[in-house]
Amino acid sequence: MPTTFKINGRPVTVDADPKSPLLWVVRDTLDLKGTKFGCGKAACGACTLHVDGKAVRSCSYALKFAAGKEITTIEGLSKDGEIHPVQQAWTEHIVPQCGYCQPGFMMATAAMLTEIPNPTDEDIDANIVNVCRCATYYRMRKAIHRAAEIQKENS
Amino acid sequence: MHYRWPVVFLLIMFAGVSLAFTGIDRKTSPPPPADDATPFDVMMSVVTHKRCMNCHPSGDRPRQGEDSHLHNFNVQRGPDNHGVKGLQCATCHQKENNEYSGVPGAPHWGLAPLSMAWEGLSRTEIARSFLSRENNGGKSLEETVKHMTEDELVLWAFTPGVDDEGNMREVPPASEAAFVAAVKAWAAAGAVVPEK
Repeated sequence: MPTTFKINGRPVTVDADPKSPLLWVVRDTLDLKGTKFGCGKAACGACTLHVDGKAVRSCSYALKFAAGKEITTIEGLSKDGEIHPVQQAWTEHIVPQCGYCQPGFMMATAAMLTEIPNPTDEDIDANIVNVCRCATYYRMRKAIHRAAEIQKENS
Repeated sequence: MHYRWPVVFLLIMFAGVSLAFTGIDRKTSPPPPADDATPFDVMMSVVTHKRCMNCHPSGDRPRQGEDSHLHNFNVQRGPDNHGVKGLQCATCHQKENNEYSGVPGAPHWGLAPLSMAWEGLSRTEIARSFLSRENNGGKSLEETVKHMTEDELVLWAFTPGVDDEGNMREVPPASEAAFVAAVKAWAAAGAVVPEK
């Protein structure tokens, strides 16, 4: 059954099982490999992307719910050639180690910053609950605060 | 003489397996209401089940699982009972159960408001609470019955799907039909809350 939605601003129609996890469609059908499969249980957050600007675990999001929605993956985070504040901050603080989980963290952070432009450490603890096996949390925390600064400078 | 031993062996095995299953049932599933249970008993056997209670906490964190542990991932109630701004319930929970991930889902998934916190209350206290307009969002008895018998999130309890290991979640001790009938019968009889 065809499902139509936008991904990173581009309209697409996908003919797949409506119950397919959106993650599988994004990676295997649309060939966007930035969004990662981690646990498949909506626990680790590696598959986080945006649905209409909200963070969603795409391993637990059926394709049919994407109909008519705007999906943004890590590949679409930068807009109009401008690097996103989260990407800039991640680069400045050299956050990733192995890097596998980082797209999920960055998407979760970007979604949080639209709602909470100047997050406290407590906000970060409550809103960013993804898992990093390299334990880059310390650098991420600094990068999240830096991303907030950059976002403010750009606005 | 010699043919009796296989029979004895089978009887012992049968008894052992029966005991094992009896033990599992007692451990994981509350007993169904007795045949002479009142509509109130049937209704409250469902309302006090973990499928309902896990999201009616007295604190600011929901519970989950058959052991009703605090929800993983530091999940918080948030200002509107649907999580904090960057980690909404809908970040993981959609409008229906997800059989791939084992994440449960139903429309408007979220916590009950604090005024409807049931954790730590007796069944009569819970019943008085959901009858109270002050606690239940101003609902009349008719509206409360409609909520309890038609709301998709309430009725999710009877089709909770599989967990993240693919195991079926425990369902309340009464069926959906029995629960709906009990709620309506109890309300029609005056919605009397017994002393105990």
